[in-house]
Amino acid sequence: MTASAPIPLSAWIEGIGLLAPGLPDWPSARAVLRGEQPFSAAPSVLPAPTILPPAERRRASRVVKLTLAIGLEAAAHAEADVGTLATVFSASGADGHNCHALCEQLATDDRQISPTRFHNSVHNAAAGYWGIATKSMAPCQVICGFDASFGAGLLDALGQVVIDRQPTLLIAYDSEYPEPLHAKRDTPDCGGVALLLTPERTARSLASLTVSPSNASAARLAEPALEELRNAIPALRSLPLLQLLARGESGRVCLDYLPPMQLNVDLQTC
Amino acid sequence: MTPLLLSSYTATTCLGHGLDATLAALRDGRSGLQPCHFETVELATWIGEVPAVDGEKLPKSLARYDCRNNRLAQLGLQADGFAERVRAAVARYGKSRVGVFLGTSTAGILQTELAYRRRDPASGALPDDFIYRTTHNSFSLAEFTRDYFGLEGPAMAVSTACSSSAKVFAAAARQLALGSIDAAIVGGVDTLCLTTLYGFASLQLTSSQPCRPYDESRDGISVGEGAAFALLERAEQATRGSILLLGTGESSDAYHMSSPHPEGLGARMAMQAALNSAGLNAADIDYINLHGTATPANDAAEGKAVSALFGQQVPASSTKGATGHTLGAAGAVEAVVCALALSHDLLPGSPGTSTLDPAIPLAYQLSSRPAPVRRALSNSFGFGGSNCSLIFGVAP
Repeated sequence: MTASAPIPLSAWIEGIGLLAPGLPDWPSARAVLRGEQPFSAAPSVLPAPTILPPAERRRASRVVKLTLAIGLEAAAHAEADVGTLATVFSASGADGHNCHALCEQLATDDRQISPTRFHNSVHNAAAGYWGIATKSMAPCQVICGFDASFGAGLLDALGQVVIDRQPTLLIAYDSEYPEPLHAKRDTPDCGGVALLLTPERTARSLASLTVSPSNASAARLAEPALEELRNAIPALRSLPLLQLLARGESGRVCLDYLPPMQLNVDLQTC
Repeated sequence: MTPLLLSSYTATTCLGHGLDATLAALRDGRSGLQPCHFETVELATWIGEVPAVDGEKLPKSLARYDCRNNRLAQLGLQADGFAERVRAAVARYGKSRVGVFLGTSTAGILQTELAYRRRDPASGALPDDFIYRTTHNSFSLAEFTRDYFGLEGPAMAVSTACSSSAKVFAAAARQLALGSIDAAIVGGVDTLCLTTLYGFASLQLTSSQPCRPYDESRDGISVGEGAAFALLERAEQATRGSILLLGTGESSDAYHMSSPHPEGLGARMAMQAALNSAGLNAADIDYINLHGTATPANDAAEGKAVSALFGQQVPASSTKGATGHTLGAAGAVEAVVCALALSHDLLPGSPGTSTLDPAIPLAYQLSSRPAPVRRALSNSFGFGGSNCSLIFGVAP
């Protein structure tokens, strides 16, 4: 067979959502990443998921609130209709508190676990609640890549944008485990980023990005507290890219993916 | 989509290790389900347990991955010469040009369940020998497989509950279309664990008998386990009789976390999307491998969707009465069932089903029989309303 020339993994960015410890939304993160505001550490603040019907709202876990917050922020930024958007969720883990509660109970003599806990245990729980909230029947992908989850999600989202020619909302997020699992996986808090990627340039496009494989070392952030976040929360391996976007600069950054494979991102602002 | 070649494929379930055992059981209408005696589980239900999983030893260099799920993964990779075919592809394309796309719903959660019984009585800490990353985490299966073959390219786990290892075919097909890889290991592995056995029981979705898909008295699933893999490459190398992936379709129910859309709307959208992707009409399909979990709600909703799209002409069956519901492995297991149906002109039957539900008008196959099969569609639906349909065909 003849290997055809690779098609560029390119898309336009129309919307950004972000929530991380000390960074409650994209506008505040943007100001910090531009150096206009100092970073001040604080626990992540998760907004109430008012978009959910009451029954699901009561059952909404921290990851559900996190993904709704960042996904809706990115979609609103792009003025996109969430009811039609394809989505790619990518996370290094699911709801850690729910997982702990199930494992704790299954280690006792009373193994009659709650059915709600069980259906909330799936890795795609947040994606399921997103569907119920937005009523989007479009394809919804849910990925895990451990520390490489952002890169894995970005690769599949670009696949959907380039091959299927559909706007796709990438929602990369992570959450903490309570003890004793926390000692084995020490993600400190909730954090995530959402990017609305489109196949065509529009009046709302912020920048274009093109991703290619690399063996380079990942870009780091000069501010130690932000660099700590980049390392602590897998979804925030995207921070060097977000810093370029915040500054409105074109350029190339290398992001951590799956050693030895890294991802170069070439960004062109509009 | 441009058709892709399944240059090698394999399945290991309670029917046995590899294709020969699977094909023989499908032909004979044999079920691998047994009453549940798994671990310390006390539930009146039947399960599809793979023999000899815990006897499987991982290489020393991969010892950190040791758990039931990765033992079954290795058992599956070694069947039917699949690992040799992968190594040949790696030699041909390079270790950064073969991607890994594997589905699982629970990965090695059993390892964590067992570790929680061994917590330090004073501190509550988990034992030192418990390794979260390489056993519990959803990526552990894909990372194990990547390391097993010494690969350096892209890898991802897809975890959308019971559609996981169908959706990996779509994700891999996109990367092959982009040219970012030249071959993809796709598949799924899920193993028995307390979370799923007690979890489905808590939802009153497990049957106390061997599951009876599409039967009028069906009352729930039989949880199974399995490992199934395929090596996807571009179709230039296909020869007459090769098995091809022709189309993929994905959708969301946007309805409920653990109940399907009652009219099967999401299911119908996924099947239609797969037909569109393959450039085919409903009349082009010769066999449908149904999701067919044997819960009252799933089969009713799926039956409505299938009959709305395909009428009552296309032979259809669920093979979960044979294998049990292998959850995150079901998409890949049933992709291999379709490949066997296509390569052996076999319409698989439905062990366990005796009296069809008269409310579901389908050409449902109770017993296996020979018939020409040129194109087969496979359905996989999961919690959270995640739907995926795949279409396979024989190269002319």
